[in-house]
Amino acid sequence: MTPTSTPPTASTGAAASSTLVALGRHAGAGLRMLVAFTLLLGLAYPLAVTGVAQIAFPWRAAGSLLTSDGARTTERSQAVGSALVGQGFEGAEWFHPRPSAAGDGYDTLASGGSHLGPQNADLAATVAARREQVAAEEGVGLADVPADAVTASGSGLDPHVSPQYAALQVPRVAAARGLDPAVVRDLVAAHTAGRPLGVLGDPRVNVLELNLALERLE
Amino acid sequence: MTSTVWITLGQVGLLLAALALVHAPFGAYMARVYASPRHTRAERAWYRLVRVDPDAEQRWSTYLFSLLGFSLASVLLLYGLGRLQEHLPGSLGLPGLDPDGAWNTAVSFTTNTNWQWYSGEAAAGHLLQMAGLAVQNFVSAAVGMAVAIALVRGFARSGTDARVGNFWADLTRGVVRILLPIAAVAALVLVANGVVQSLDPHTAITTVEGGTQHALGGPVASQEAIKELGTNGGGFFNANSAHPLENPNPLTNLLEIFLLLVIPFSLPRTFGLMVGDRRQGWAVLGVMAGLWAVAVGLTTWAELAGPGAAPAAAGAAMEGKETRFGLAASALFAASTTGTSTGAVNAMHDSLTAPGGGVVLFTMLLGEVAPGGVGAGLYGMLVLAIVAVFVAGLMVGRTPEYLGKKIGRGEITLVALYVLTTPAVVLVGSALAAVLPAGLDGIQDAGPHGLSEVLYAFASAGNNNGSAFAGLTVSTPFYNTLLGLAMLIGRFVPIALVLALAGRLAAQRAVPASAGTLPTHRPLFVGLVGAVALVVVGLTFVPVLSLGPVVESLS
Repeated sequence: MTPTSTPPTASTGAAASSTLVALGRHAGAGLRMLVAFTLLLGLAYPLAVTGVAQIAFPWRAAGSLLTSDGARTTERSQAVGSALVGQGFEGAEWFHPRPSAAGDGYDTLASGGSHLGPQNADLAATVAARREQVAAEEGVGLADVPADAVTASGSGLDPHVSPQYAALQVPRVAAARGLDPAVVRDLVAAHTAGRPLGVLGDPRVNVLELNLALERLE
Repeated sequence: MTSTVWITLGQVGLLLAALALVHAPFGAYMARVYASPRHTRAERAWYRLVRVDPDAEQRWSTYLFSLLGFSLASVLLLYGLGRLQEHLPGSLGLPGLDPDGAWNTAVSFTTNTNWQWYSGEAAAGHLLQMAGLAVQNFVSAAVGMAVAIALVRGFARSGTDARVGNFWADLTRGVVRILLPIAAVAALVLVANGVVQSLDPHTAITTVEGGTQHALGGPVASQEAIKELGTNGGGFFNANSAHPLENPNPLTNLLEIFLLLVIPFSLPRTFGLMVGDRRQGWAVLGVMAGLWAVAVGLTTWAELAGPGAAPAAAGAAMEGKETRFGLAASALFAASTTGTSTGAVNAMHDSLTAPGGGVVLFTMLLGEVAPGGVGAGLYGMLVLAIVAVFVAGLMVGRTPEYLGKKIGRGEITLVALYVLTTPAVVLVGSALAAVLPAGLDGIQDAGPHGLSEVLYAFASAGNNNGSAFAGLTVSTPFYNTLLGLAMLIGRFVPIALVLALAGRLAAQRAVPASAGTLPTHRPLFVGLVGAVALVVVGLTFVPVLSLGPVVESLS
């Protein structure tokens, strides 16, 4: 394209073949560099980070696993779940998480959302049906059901619900467990996280940690 | 409502404060990295090991050949790793990828797109993730930065024989002096907040109610850090940065947004220093920041307002969004990831409101300049600046010049081809998918949203973004092949044109500014470049945008 940089050639055929030869030569150097980068960035870097992480933050590096007593563990055989990953709860004695589009629900091998668009009629109908179901379960009016209770999260593994949805579930959970609703309400408050630095994200309640704490009450 | 506004402004304010704090020192550091004649001892050993000469100044064509040779090797190695996965250690028992899937992924990660047709936890073992995908997260980013620096050298040099630097040295320094140290620190911060970092496989555990769930393992944090820093965007898990083990809390969310913006927003400083006029860097930064701010504002407004049948039924646009982030932090991430060609998502873009989805689509169609991918954003913006001085030159009847270099017929031809390449890829690809049965089969939502899904896919691939309206089923030979081609053309044709331009500019003698020279550091010029970006995209894409997101927003 620039006259200063393209050497004159006898024919386009010869130019094409010399171009290919040049590209091959550069690809050889490229391959050597790529192999070296693979050793540095593909093995040394992740293994070094893994090593430091396992020493400095062993529990978090292993996936923030919890035992049925709510204690931290790095042993998968003792774990009932991860403090950071939502799981399904259906019984009346548990706080329920959000709807999940990950597989058949909270399937960690199939994370993801519904990907349904804002005008999708099926989604609107599903949301309306969930609203009626939640309102009936909790014995509240349709208008009292918050948005997170009727929508699937992006990951399908959302570990949290909004404080509003948690509050909605307190009477049902307390009744099913024969507990004083005030005690359960205090427990929810103790498991509610606010906005870091006052402005980041939204307030939320960790469902698994809350349910494990409920078990410890009894 | 007022508190919502304050919270929204507060998180943007924190982000901007952090970016402003590092802008000058980090931009200056990057300028030193690329300008320094000295190699470290480790680097000299490295160059000897791979047998390349890091001191040979390359003409633009040689620089391009080195870049293409390296990228060709990358595609081949990645294709091989994908196809042979089942025979390699660390595969977690997962099978090799199909030919079309391996092709798509090889191109996707080499071109810094990181489009993903597959689900990470179900298709990619730890070795493919570490030794294949994470390596490309680093080097494809360093390639983009190298091209930008070569173009800046074209402006900064005068009367050379089209030499623009040494690709091998630029690539190596970008990786070892810029990307690797920051990624290592960021990875450990992410682990401290709960991002997984292990070599464990995914194993079944029994949940509290007696169900089964898999505990997840993998070198996630080390990949997450470079995924954002290199504006790559390929998630370790399918849910990407919406996944609680990739992005566990609102603080990591802010850190990830910071990482994906920090290099694109600091490179204008590097540019200003290298051309010897920091005001030129401010002007480029001004255009980038202005476009980004408008995109953030509009997306946030749309998501908070929540128009549409489904958000109205739910009471808020929370479908596809995580509780810990909420609406505002999801909108901020969405606008930033599409403005930077990252393509990571912390909320599912297919479920954004119609105007919100339209804005993030438009942000990609701008050509990834708000502020764009690492390097790609800067060279894209410099191309737009040349268009702007050309238009201004036409208006006053003078030969246009930018930074002392005349924009003649040769230069503007390269620039025009650059501006046309990506729109051609996006529109031809979308048109094919919208008429061929194999394309129509993938569409989930009929009507305007279906067209938006297809347009989004090709906009994302052609502009090397990588995010998706994931309702579209793309794991088919048709989409894998065609989107792979779109990514390849959308990456390397513009790079070839930019390097050719860099060579021409470096060969020119700089002309001193005269009374008739258009000042390119004033607010007027900032506005002109922004207007050029909007008009070029507007004229190209208004018809198809009208049939997709616009109809949807109005219905």
